[in-house]
Amino acid sequence: MKNVLIVGATSAIASATAQLLAARTDGLYLVARNREKLEAVAGDLSARGAGKVQICVMDALEYDRHPRIFAEAEAALGGLDTLLIAHGTLPNQERCQESFELTMREIEINLLGTISLLTHAANYFEQKRSGEIVVITSVAGERGRQSNYVYGAAKGGVSLFLQGLRNRLDKSGVNVLDIKPGFVDTPMTADFPNKGILWSQPHRIARHIIRAIDRRQDIAYVPWFWCFIMMAIRTIPERLFKKLKL
Amino acid sequence: MGYRYRSWGRYPPASQHIVSMSWRHEALPADRFPGLTLLPFGNGRSYGDVCLNDGGALIDVRPLNRLVAFDAVGGRITCEAGVLLSEILEIAVPRGWFLTVTPGTQFVTVGGAIANDVHGKNHHRAGSFGCHVYRFELLRSDGSRLICSATENQDWFRATVGGLGLTGLITWAEIQLKPIVTPFMEQEVIKFAGLDEFYTLSDESDGGFEYTVAWVDCLATGRHLGRGHFIRGNHSKVKPSRPGNDPKARLGIPVDIPFSVVNRLSLKLFNWIYFHRQMRRTRASTVHYAPFFYPLDSIPGWNRMYGPRGFVQYQCVIPHENGRAAIQEILTRISRAKMGSFLAVLKVFGDTPSPGLLSFSSPGVTLALDFPVATAGTLGLLNELDDITCSAGGKVYPAKDARMSAGHFERYFPNWRQLVAYMDPRFSSGFWRRVRPDSL
Repeated sequence: MKNVLIVGATSAIASATAQLLAARTDGLYLVARNREKLEAVAGDLSARGAGKVQICVMDALEYDRHPRIFAEAEAALGGLDTLLIAHGTLPNQERCQESFELTMREIEINLLGTISLLTHAANYFEQKRSGEIVVITSVAGERGRQSNYVYGAAKGGVSLFLQGLRNRLDKSGVNVLDIKPGFVDTPMTADFPNKGILWSQPHRIARHIIRAIDRRQDIAYVPWFWCFIMMAIRTIPERLFKKLKL
Repeated sequence: MGYRYRSWGRYPPASQHIVSMSWRHEALPADRFPGLTLLPFGNGRSYGDVCLNDGGALIDVRPLNRLVAFDAVGGRITCEAGVLLSEILEIAVPRGWFLTVTPGTQFVTVGGAIANDVHGKNHHRAGSFGCHVYRFELLRSDGSRLICSATENQDWFRATVGGLGLTGLITWAEIQLKPIVTPFMEQEVIKFAGLDEFYTLSDESDGGFEYTVAWVDCLATGRHLGRGHFIRGNHSKVKPSRPGNDPKARLGIPVDIPFSVVNRLSLKLFNWIYFHRQMRRTRASTVHYAPFFYPLDSIPGWNRMYGPRGFVQYQCVIPHENGRAAIQEILTRISRAKMGSFLAVLKVFGDTPSPGLLSFSSPGVTLALDFPVATAGTLGLLNELDDITCSAGGKVYPAKDARMSAGHFERYFPNWRQLVAYMDPRFSSGFWRRVRPDSL
């Protein structure tokens, strides 16, 4: 039985993942901004048989609270094995282009807030010499494209940071897992029309995440077919890619 | 995800705007598409257009998939309306609880089960799904919320159970489960030679068996009319020494088939093989609940078998006094037309009254069959069957219907007038517009 701290616990992917964890009676410490949503999620997980479920209302940008949440989670659950970072927003690319202020805020939420959490998490788990850090980034972080490069830059930055962390923490026995979903049908992507065959439901993504955690993978494309799609995308030469309307 | 928002029969075609509802405490997303009507959409297991709103908007309720509370001592579960019955079973069965009433598929949402007031093989003992719903919250487009139960807002309860999603959106519901000792069932399958034997078996079995249903060969004629297999069962009280497995979905139909596999030749052949596959007259066995209650769920995408034009299901209930004659006539008409489905289902309903204004299940005998739309003459045949059902004082199940006429609806559900007062002004469905064209 593992104890899991989830930041962004009310997001669709995180709560679907937590539902699967609850079925294994893991202890869960849920962090998100909205109390009412947190209570709904916590009630669900308890009813599904989760060991202990505690909530904590916190914003990803409350940097001064970040160092403390690990100790708080450990105290509440009686131990802490896993951190899952699942918070984030989907920037409106066009509006970001017009406003650096908006871009800055999006980068703060999606990159800096995550880095702050990771900085403290790395020290916490390194000192314990065990545990795992799981972060949901995106395939969008692998190659900048005109339709969402603010999002891509943030997620790409996180992936690079995770790579360095993985290198640092390997000798301490701490696993660092980068989850890269493709298109997922969630409230965050509600405005996308015509979702086709490449789109997945959160519960499917959640199953893949659990499998990747159990297998102690380093990087996991979810679902797996994105691995091949991104391999193809990565091989396109820049002088050709820059002409595409992706 | 356009393909998700179809009904099970894939007929009639419909296109609608989609908006999701993710949190039960939030308002209805009614302003997303200001000029359009709304309809809640669960898991799309209704066969026809009760869950479709062509030209309007659907509110996808599946994200409301959270439990609210589970009393594992008393067997009461409170959950959001998008929770599937399969999800309830996954949580409840290991703790010794089962659904008191379950339809033939576990992949329906709680909201959908209430909105259609579904029924199961134990109707003669337990009545319909709505009989075991304590209360639910109804959210209206004007933002108001009503807690509905047998003692609070009872008229809203009656209108919403079986109300086809037209009174508003159910956000959460509290239902009663029943205790079980093991997930296994004691089952008996008895071959019978014709309709008379079916009725005899049904009368005999009601006392000793909680679950009864018959599969009927709808192509058999003359003295074989209505021959089939009678299936009856009870929950096991003892764990078997060699338990059968819980069959996870195996071979399914993953892609669309460009024609209907169900045709005159295949039907006749299949029915003959299926009827005769059981050599002995009676065969008893212990099986897991999944194949007992949900035999078709193990073939994911079985609805694709009927090809791209889809299929329609006809399910009627005929009151006892005219039951035998009407069912005989219906089966005769179908076998003469040489049309129909592999699996025609026949069952006698019990006397427990259904709680909804538009509830389908009522005392009498019920028959359900599928017909491919692609076959010429299908819709004509079904109108003929409607005439027989009407004359016999019966009705047709809206959850399965894609083509009943306004005239027939009027005769089947005279209570519809009372429902109108409870309908949400922003809500509508393809079904409603078809059976009440003056509501446009």
